[in-house]
Order: sequence, then structure tokens, then C-alpha cells
Amino acid sequence: MLTAVTVLTGLSLALAAALIAASRWLPERGDDAVERIERLLPRIQCAQCGYPGCRPYAEAILAGEAEINRCPPGGESTIRALAELLGREPTPLDTSLGSASMDRVARIDETLCIGCNLCARACPVDAIVGLPQRMHTVIARLCTGCELCVPPCPVDCIEMVPRHG
Amino acid sequence: MVDVTFERYLTGGIRLAANKTASTEEPILRGFIPPLLVIGLHQHGGTSAVPIVAVGQKVAKGEPIALPGAPPSTGVHASSSGRVRAIEERLIPTGTKLRASLCIVIETDGEDRRFEGGSDEPWPESREVRIERVRLAGIAGLGGAAFPTATKLEAVAGTCKVLIVNGAECEPYISCDDMLMREAPAEIVAGVIRMADLVAAPRVIIAIERDKPRALEAMRKAVTAAGDPRLAICEIPTVYPAGGERQLIELLTGEEVPSGAYPSSIGYVCQNVGTAYAIERLAARGEPLTSRIVTVTGGGVARPRNVEVPIGTPIHYLIEQCGGYRRNVVRLIHGGSMMGYALPADDLPTTKATSCIIAAAEGEVRESFEEWACIRCGECASVCPARLQPQELLTAAAARDFDDLEALGLDDCIECGCCDVVCPSHIVLTERFRGAKRAFAEHARRLALSAEAEERHKRRERRLKQIEEDRRAAQEALKAKLRADEEARRRAVAAAVERARQRKRRDAEP
Repeated sequence: MLTAVTVLTGLSLALAAALIAASRWLPERGDDAVERIERLLPRIQCAQCGYPGCRPYAEAILAGEAEINRCPPGGESTIRALAELLGREPTPLDTSLGSASMDRVARIDETLCIGCNLCARACPVDAIVGLPQRMHTVIARLCTGCELCVPPCPVDCIEMVPRHG
Repeated sequence: MVDVTFERYLTGGIRLAANKTASTEEPILRGFIPPLLVIGLHQHGGTSAVPIVAVGQKVAKGEPIALPGAPPSTGVHASSSGRVRAIEERLIPTGTKLRASLCIVIETDGEDRRFEGGSDEPWPESREVRIERVRLAGIAGLGGAAFPTATKLEAVAGTCKVLIVNGAECEPYISCDDMLMREAPAEIVAGVIRMADLVAAPRVIIAIERDKPRALEAMRKAVTAAGDPRLAICEIPTVYPAGGERQLIELLTGEEVPSGAYPSSIGYVCQNVGTAYAIERLAARGEPLTSRIVTVTGGGVARPRNVEVPIGTPIHYLIEQCGGYRRNVVRLIHGGSMMGYALPADDLPTTKATSCIIAAAEGEVRESFEEWACIRCGECASVCPARLQPQELLTAAAARDFDDLEALGLDDCIECGCCDVVCPSHIVLTERFRGAKRAFAEHARRLALSAEAEERHKRRERRLKQIEEDRRAAQEALKAKLRADEEARRRAVAAAVERARQRKRRDAEP
């Protein structure tokens, strides 16, 4: 009896000490956590959440600074996935943020384009091609529908259209 | 000839009351030309054919009007002579759904003039050239999916263990294969032998369900007459869905086609009897696929029967050939009663996938029951021929849980509808699974887009960072150079001042 108590107590104390030591001295793998959150986001870098991209938003979520309902293109399914991963309550999407959707793509009215190149510089995924002073166009297959190219256009020749196929 | 009567049964499956007698009383109706043909260029799951005619151009029967796209694809031909009226996008029925496809609309001239510019040698020696001929001739699987036959033959050529010829025809209303086997058994068998030669199959099994005694008899005679030792007729039990490709292979050979793989991966190839007939017509007479047998049946049509239909015939014209509608018609179905789907209108054209048109009367369509909750009785699992757990899939589909759906094998569901039939709670499971498959495809597409976008974004970040670094480095270099120049100048000035001072000192000395 006494032996058993001693052995078990000793064992639990030793393991507790090991765990405390591990949590104190082993580096915390925060990057992994950010990555796991980022994976659940659409990663189209639309910045409609108010952060400059998906990774900064993921970092803010991890730090507890941001709500999980700030991703318009991800919608309900992203909120649900985030809620499940983080053990938070799913909340309805914050609709005030924007309307970016992966179901749409940008289209440049090529007759109006003046070749200013501002849209190509705004595109986070290199989906717009064109040389300065020449017509620009969107490669629809590569476009993620983030809408970031729309505001910089000085002649308002970019519109969002439904994605085909 | 080997003649086997099979007593092995399918995994799962159900026995359904057949409705084939109405459409098998009269012989196949042949030789009519509709005033208008709407020929779809994208009739199957592969890629669309590419049109090679212009609006206003005169075309003859059998003239190629579109060439195959990237494989898997097939050529498309004018089903009768006339003039091209339009080339436009229209809705066409394919094996599993309606699809918007580019169509060539031909106004026929009633002459049915045959195309003379074809090849003199319809069935050349080399295997590759023969397969190419099959592709150009537009031959597609006539069992209902219209998958390009050349692609299937190509995949198994040389490695084929058994060529399985599908005459099972398990759908309760369809009888087009039955009638073709009764009326043209010699041509079918000749086509089968040509296919066996093409893929170098050591054995051929022609599988026919037991409920077609007349077709069985005709085919037995034809096989005996052909005298080819490779050929065997196999009479199989009448169980739905024994005519499904994977089901038939498993039933006959005991081997299961792996999930996600084609039968060719285990050395089998399955071809419909109608396809064999089409191959024979191409090889013996040089005719491309411009028509197919369609069963027009159901209580809502005056004279149910089988019809040889030029591809692209509008469905209402086809119904007229069968005496028109009866008053009690309530729904028009493309394909069989189990795996087909309702059509929104009868001005749609027929395609190579149109095996059957059912004009269903009142009482023939499934009443819409109130759906009750799943009681987990497991009936659906016991009839599922793909050995799935439909009740589990249903829960996962409702929750849109894509990981679960994948793990449960949603992709293996052949949408046969057996689970719907036996469900005591009247749950329409198959419809949910179709929806889930669509959602899954959409989900996969989004994931791919996300992954690709992330990759490109990272590359862009790296590039921008590199540009920024290069710019800064250039700036630093310039600054360093300016500093060095400044330093050199200061040193030069200091040296000059020093020299002047020394000169002064020298001059001051006496």
C-alpha cells in the first residue's frame, strides 16, 4: 500500500515537473496556429476584414483581437469552421464589411481602359496583365473576386461579373 | 459458344416491376426525317466538339459538322441532309442533366442525301487508325452516358481480360437494347467481334437479363452462327441495377472496380449492345453515328414503341411519331424512370444519351409523400449496390460536412435510386446526393482557387520584396558612392590647403 502510494505520487510529481518545464522552456509554436486559422480562410487577400491580408487577420484572430465573422468571401461556412477550430460561438457575418465573393470575377471594359496600370498594382494575386499606356485585362481563371482593383481605377472601367464554369 | 445461366446476385439492388411490354409490341419505327435538327456538340462528360460548318452551308447526311475536341471527345455529324440555319447555344439533355451546349441547327430538305466525301476504307488495318476512325465517327456509349467509345477502347487495348457487352438493360421502362437485339442480332455480334479484335480481348461475355427471352434467343442464334470461340452469352438475373457498368463487372467476374478508377484499370471494358451495332455500321458501311434507338413509352403517349431517331430530333416531333400525347400526361422524363430526370419542355432535342423518353401519366410518377425523419432502419444500406451507407451520407449531406462525405464515399454513389425506393420515411436520398455532389465539386473548386491564389500571392509578395530590396541596395550603393566621393573631395581640399600652408611656411622662411 505504502509503496503504491509513494510510487504513484512520485510519478505524478515527476511528470508534472516535466510538463511545467516543457511549457516554460519549449518555444510556443504560434506559427502553426496562425497557419491553421489561415487555412480556413479563403486566402484571396481581399482585405475586407480590415486587415491587410488573410494572414494578418488570422494573427489577429489568434491574438483575440478580431471577431471571426469578418470574412465576407468566406461567408457562413468559414465562420462555422473557425468557430469549430477555436471553440468560439459562431456569429452572423458582419455584412457592413463588403461583398467580395469568389463567385464573381472582375472584368475590365477594354474600350475605356487608359492603361494606367493601377489595377494591376492593386491585384494581390497577379491576375491582371497589361503594360503602362496599353490596354489591361483580367485573367478570369486567376481572378479571386477580391474587388481590390475596382476603387483605384480612375475611369471606373472595372465591374464585377458572375464567374462562369 | 459458351452459354451460362447465372445465379449469382448483385450486392444490394432491388427487383422492380418491369414496364417494358408496352414498347416492345411493335417493331422499331425507322426512316423518318424531322423538319428541324438541333445537334448538340457537347453531349457527354468529355470536352465539346468544335464546329467546322458555317451558317447557310448545305450539309449531307453523315457529313462531319464538328471535329472532336481534346480527348475524351467525339466528332458530330449531320443526321440528315439540309442547310445549317444557326450555330447557337441551347439546352440539351445529357446522361445526367440538362446542359447548355453549342448546337448546330439544321433545316432538313427531306432528301436524306448521303455524304459522299467519306473515306473509301471504313475499317483500316492498324489498331490506332481504327480507334481514330471510331472517334471521328462520333461513336459514343449508347447505354445512356454517351461517353466517347474511342477513349474507352484506347484505355484497354492490349491489356483487356474480358470484353463485357452490356445487354442487361435493367431500367424498368427502357427497351431499346432489347428491341435492337431482337431485330439486328447479327450486326451486334459482328460489331462485338470487331471490338474484341480491336482491344485484343481473349474473352467476350454478352450479358442479357433473363426478362428478355426473345432477345436472348436471337442473340444465341447469332452467336452460334458467328462461331467465334471467344464469345459467351450470359443470362443474368433480373435485378436493378445489374446494367450499371461497375455492377455488371462485379456480377460477372466477382472483381470490384476500385473506387475512383475506371474498369480499364483492372482489365475490363464494358460496351453497350447499341454501341456494338454502331461500330458494325461504321466498319461495314462507313456510316458515322447519326441515329440511335430511343424507347418512347409511358402511359401518356398514344403508341409506345421504339424508334430509330436521327440525333437532334426535337422530342415533340418524336412524340408525334408515336401518336402524340394522351390527355393524362403529367411529366416528361429523359432516360429511365430510376435514373432519368424530368424535362422542362418538349422542344429539347434528342442526343446520343437519349435512350428513353417517358411521357408519364397520372399514377405512374411517384407521389410526393411527406418526408419523415430517418428512423435508421438500414434498408437503404442493404440495397445499395455500391456498398455505401446512405443514411450516414444523408446526415453528412444535410450538414454539408465535406470531409465526412468524402470519407463515406459520396463519389462512389451511382445515383441508382434504390435507396429512395425502399426508404419507409419517403426520403428522396438520391436527390440529396446529387446536390451534395454538386456542392462538393463547388467546394473543391473553391479550395483549389484558394490554394492557387495563396501561392500566387506569396510569389507576388516575394517579388515585391525582392524589388524593394534591390531598390534599397541600389540606393545604399549610390549613397556610399556619394559619401566616398565627398570624402575624396574633402581629402583633396585638405591636401591642397596643407600644400598651400606649407608653401606659405616655406616662403616665410628667410
